[in-house]
Amino acid sequence: MIKQFFSLEWKAFIRASSFQTNLAMKILMGFGALYFVVVFLALGVGVFFIIEEAEIGDPFEVVNRYIIYYLAFDLIFRYSLQKMPVTNIKPFLYLPMTKNKVVRFSLLKTVVSFFNWSHAFFFLPFTIVLITKGYPAEEVIFWHIGMAALIYANNYINVLINNKPFVFYGFLAVMLCLGAGQYFEWFDVTLHTAPFFNWLGSDPLAVIIPLALLGLVSRTSFLYFKKNMYLDAGLASKQEIATTQEYTFLNRFGNLGTFLKNDIRLILRNKRSKMALLGGVFFLFYGLLFFTGAVEAYDGPVWKIFAGIFISGGFLFNFGQFVPSWDSAYYPLMMSQNIKYQDYIRSKWYLIVIATAASTLLALPYIYFGVNAYLAVLVGGIYNIGVNAYLVLWGGAYIKTPIDLASGKKAFGDKQSFNAKTLLLTIPKLLLPLAIFWMISIFAPDEWAFAGVAFTGILGYLFRDKVFNIIEKVYKSEKYKTLEAYKQTS
Amino acid sequence: MIKVSQLSKKYADQTVLNLEHLEIPKGQSFGLVGNNGAGKTTFFSLLLDLIQPTTGYISSNDVVIKDSEDWKPFTAAFIDETFLIGYLTPEEYFYFIGELRGQSKADVTALLNGFEDFFHGEILEQKKYLRDLSKGNQKKVGIVATFIGNPEVVILDEPFANLDPTTQIRLKGIIKDLASKSGVTVLVSSHDLMHVTDVCERIVVLEKGQLVKDIKTAPATLKELEAYFAGTAEKPVISESSASEVSGEPNTTLESETPTS
Repeated sequence: MIKQFFSLEWKAFIRASSFQTNLAMKILMGFGALYFVVVFLALGVGVFFIIEEAEIGDPFEVVNRYIIYYLAFDLIFRYSLQKMPVTNIKPFLYLPMTKNKVVRFSLLKTVVSFFNWSHAFFFLPFTIVLITKGYPAEEVIFWHIGMAALIYANNYINVLINNKPFVFYGFLAVMLCLGAGQYFEWFDVTLHTAPFFNWLGSDPLAVIIPLALLGLVSRTSFLYFKKNMYLDAGLASKQEIATTQEYTFLNRFGNLGTFLKNDIRLILRNKRSKMALLGGVFFLFYGLLFFTGAVEAYDGPVWKIFAGIFISGGFLFNFGQFVPSWDSAYYPLMMSQNIKYQDYIRSKWYLIVIATAASTLLALPYIYFGVNAYLAVLVGGIYNIGVNAYLVLWGGAYIKTPIDLASGKKAFGDKQSFNAKTLLLTIPKLLLPLAIFWMISIFAPDEWAFAGVAFTGILGYLFRDKVFNIIEKVYKSEKYKTLEAYKQTS
Repeated sequence: MIKVSQLSKKYADQTVLNLEHLEIPKGQSFGLVGNNGAGKTTFFSLLLDLIQPTTGYISSNDVVIKDSEDWKPFTAAFIDETFLIGYLTPEEYFYFIGELRGQSKADVTALLNGFEDFFHGEILEQKKYLRDLSKGNQKKVGIVATFIGNPEVVILDEPFANLDPTTQIRLKGIIKDLASKSGVTVLVSSHDLMHVTDVCERIVVLEKGQLVKDIKTAPATLKELEAYFAGTAEKPVISESSASEVSGEPNTTLESETPTS
């Protein structure tokens, strides 16, 4: 039985649409994965020596002191990204196998998840370094086992709290308070948790506690799952009470208004798009890193343009990047309805332009950091509207991964944005304005350089009809491939 | 109205549709029947420019579908749930389609009033998004949406499947009226031979992408179709081993419903 489950999983993995991309993509993805492995490994090996160098205490004890934050971050990270194993349970419910088996397998699936074994890249080398540095091998190994148990306990805790946002946000709030308390030196939680982890590192018997915790949460999540394995309980999809929204004020824009209305509903009524919007708002605060001088590397004037593009373009990058995938669930309708391609693309363009203009306005408080700071945002906004608004639409034509609107998971860090052609298109999106600014600023004051970037944006805006024709051609030539790709729902 | 010329669709070596010539006059109710993999959905997808023909073309009202978008204003279709927008309420969906087809809100409301019976009080003002409606109710929404804006060509893929008996009977009445009274060319596919013979003036049978029968519906048509499909069901048992039939069947189904390029 288990064998069959595994063969199903294996097939689901290798037959997934995102996996069946071309070789170049696979190699790129491979390099991406390798990069993270190397970073983790370097951290695992290096952290000991870094702490030793910094002379802030015994490396093992320092790690033990802050490990509580590591575990907390892990849980937050999992909550927002790790997929729950329930999705494919339905077909098994009525097959001749016990519920225990199905539940056990579903939970087992989470055990082999990337979110669990990736930690090994940090903990394994760290443990080895500790042993070679003369820490007692037995104690370190038991510490390692204890940490592994805690990571796995996180895995099951995540399963348990996955549908309880109150618990999660409560946890998040507590962690934020503790973090703030530590930063401002009001209250240091690590002083109270460090003894436990130190004890874990010095007494092999202590490993019983994390193991018991792991046993408890895995058993609880097993029972919880089993109890909820009914179509009208845990497996039910939540229904919202719907209200019809007219947005009549958009009617004056004719066909364009029709699409805009729909896009507003799309954004407000689906989890995934709401997250994109939230991401856009989040980008507004990105500039604080640049203008407050918090990060030294960002101090040059060229970086101000970079910040300006991100601050005003949060929505553009988070939402615009994935046009037309937002409409993937009903793309055949859009393609056979009485819609001209130009209208469709233009409406998306207007949406991006309106949102970019709004972001630029909302960023007005940056004037607090000086006129030049806001000027950078303004110029970034103009460039975004004039040039980047097209480029994201253009790039979108090549991203053919359907978007599951109802799911908030996978909203970022997905392969969707990772595509050779879209990668190429980021060059004019980000590097070109930086280059323009830099070149002009060599022989003229910064104001001139700002003007140069803004002028490029205005130039792009003036050529919009030409560009729309090109984009329309691209969309048309990609249409059939796109339709084909959207049929695959992951 | 609709002309098919030397049309074929191939995936790798497999020909899933091959129609040399077919003409559907204006105002005809046209039925398409055939087993899974016969090419029905492929044909409809070609009619809507959702896939490209390998050879040949279809023209509708003298517009070559693969080359121009001008067929869109007078064509409406409901193929499957990808023609619905899940996060809209039924009302919003109808008005959205209405606006695309140049209909005022009042026009759409008037049209919907005529379908009160058909909706059976389960569609309008239910405070539900389309994604939360049952399959049958979703289908009702999709079908009624194709009638918005006086289209000249209406394409419905398997409209009777998933509907309750009362609605099936009502839908048959609606389709008949469309063709006979309003001169709309209606293209319907179905696995239910009785429904098609009830509704359609003309029935075309496809098998493995080939046109094998083109019948003007008469009282004897149902018998003829039943005899034909009973025959194709028995044939393989006599001529081939049943094992090869079992393994061959899902293949052909896959080819036409989810073509892989």
